[in-house]
Amino acid sequence: MSESSVGNLQAPTADHSSTGDGARRAPSPPRRRGIGWRQRLEITVLSGPAIVVFVGFVILPVVLAAYYGFYKWKGFGAPTDFVGFHNYVIILTDPEFHSALLHNGFILVLSLIIQGPVGILLALLLNRKIRGRSLIRVLIFVPWVVSEVIAGTGWSPMLQTDGAVNDLLQKIGLGHLQAEWLSNPDIALWSLMAILTWKYIGFAVILFMAGLQNIPEELYEAASLDGASYWQTQRRITLPLLGPTIRIWAFLSIIGSLQLFDLVYIIWGQYVAGTAGVSTMATYMVQYGRNAGSFGYGSAVAVVLFLISLIVALVYQRFVLRRDTEGALTGRST
Amino acid sequence: MAATTAPPLAYRDAPEAPVRTNKKSAWGSPTTYFIALVLVAITLAPVAYIVLGGFRTNSQITESPSGLPAPWVVSNYTEVLKSSVFWQQLGNSTLVALVTTVGVVVLGVMASYVLARYRFRGRGAMYSLFAAGLMFPITVAITPLYILIKNIGLINNLAGVILPQIAFALPTTIIILVPFLRAIPEEIEEAAWLDGCGRLGFFFRMVLRLSLPGVLTTGILAFVASWNSYILPLFILNDQGKYTLPLGVQAFSSQYSQDTAKVLAFTSLSMIPALVFFSLFERRIVGGLQGAVKG
Repeated sequence: MSESSVGNLQAPTADHSSTGDGARRAPSPPRRRGIGWRQRLEITVLSGPAIVVFVGFVILPVVLAAYYGFYKWKGFGAPTDFVGFHNYVIILTDPEFHSALLHNGFILVLSLIIQGPVGILLALLLNRKIRGRSLIRVLIFVPWVVSEVIAGTGWSPMLQTDGAVNDLLQKIGLGHLQAEWLSNPDIALWSLMAILTWKYIGFAVILFMAGLQNIPEELYEAASLDGASYWQTQRRITLPLLGPTIRIWAFLSIIGSLQLFDLVYIIWGQYVAGTAGVSTMATYMVQYGRNAGSFGYGSAVAVVLFLISLIVALVYQRFVLRRDTEGALTGRST
Repeated sequence: MAATTAPPLAYRDAPEAPVRTNKKSAWGSPTTYFIALVLVAITLAPVAYIVLGGFRTNSQITESPSGLPAPWVVSNYTEVLKSSVFWQQLGNSTLVALVTTVGVVVLGVMASYVLARYRFRGRGAMYSLFAAGLMFPITVAITPLYILIKNIGLINNLAGVILPQIAFALPTTIIILVPFLRAIPEEIEEAAWLDGCGRLGFFFRMVLRLSLPGVLTTGILAFVASWNSYILPLFILNDQGKYTLPLGVQAFSSQYSQDTAKVLAFTSLSMIPALVFFSLFERRIVGGLQGAVKG
């Protein structure tokens, strides 16, 4: 729809530019300072649809959540039962929310310290010229491409007490390692970490490999002329130059950890997630919000989740990402 | 070392991957291959479990959970392929993913073009607005989003899934596309200008063609994300005829919870499209993200 309407506008505006003020513009056409109405129109037509959709379905819901969060509301009609900060008081004093938050924190830290180094090593490995590299590269991304539901539906029966993993351990003589992978609260969170690493390491590797491509070849040649060993080279050249990529990946990983929902909800479900010690803020939100018919409360949890993510993101951007993003846009903006 | 000079694959990698193999590196190639092999095994084990499990019977699975099919049974797969539910949900997933992809790419390219090549007050703010979206995956907004979709009457309607998906895919799309569009040399734009080609004419004649790699990458990412999306359809769609495949898999597995083999068959069939799609375009994704990381 929007495509065709822009298509119709194209001809007249293009005409106009060649007849109207075309001559005046000719000397330095694309980077004029003054903004004519025509340019304003182009900007509006081109970016308008995206802004409308984005504001309507991303920004507006977040704003609405802030509003609904002050009400006790079942989701029908307009919210009328104003309760002030009551919902927030309940959330912040609920031990179940505390443990969910703790799990999110645990997942966040472990994701960084497990997936970061593993991802970098794998990217280095896959950046080497080895036979079958292309195939391996496609294969390692398979978990990232299959949906969370498929990952959950596969891992769940494997990790059951009478599932494939325990059976395999028995068969290879490691029967003493058998465990209640999903239901034992001491283990379940680590099982989740293993599944998360399996699922998302491919994405880290994609990013790191992309980052490796940007490191100038000459640096490696120079290092090898200076007699640096492989690991010295990686530590002194690769790691520092991979810095921006690592910081962007870490940012995405942190946000993903804070918002984790799908895999936990699919494998454990809302009730077991609590008892097995893998509940997250998002599963808590869905369990006590929408699934309990309490949309006011659910919205308040969403706001808390939003604020926590926002604070973490801002702190991270302020102290870690700043030097990377500085040049990205500001360098060229007016 | 034979490994470092492997010609059969090298030609495919050459254009996008300047390989920096240190030929006298400390890592012997056997170690490298061993690690790679272990890696592939771990990566593929759950997928293999699903696919092979579909070829077994339930009693085989109960007796030996980690065994191989013996004998191989195809009835699970044929039954799923004969069920109309599977095809219906496959159709829903395809429709949602295609429309989402087209929507994201069209809106994303237009907005990115403005951000990359126009100078105007508020440009930085507009970029920040979209970039901020990266911080907020759909999870945060899902509760009020559900209310919003309900109020505009799109509950249990595929459009109620498509529109928010387009919106939430825009930040990634724009962040990947802006550097691509900015990288188009100004000389080309000036040449087009002198040839009497307006900004919009330039956009349609040159920009789309020159930024094709970035456009493909964002399109693929949007497609795969839509194909796998879970929480949004979970909230919005509520009858099996409207379900997309992820919901279908889950509904199927609770409906046939005693019939593990059939569930696994259903699951493995539902992952084929995304896998095929991805293996066709893997190179594009890596290339596109490379541009994004650079930017």
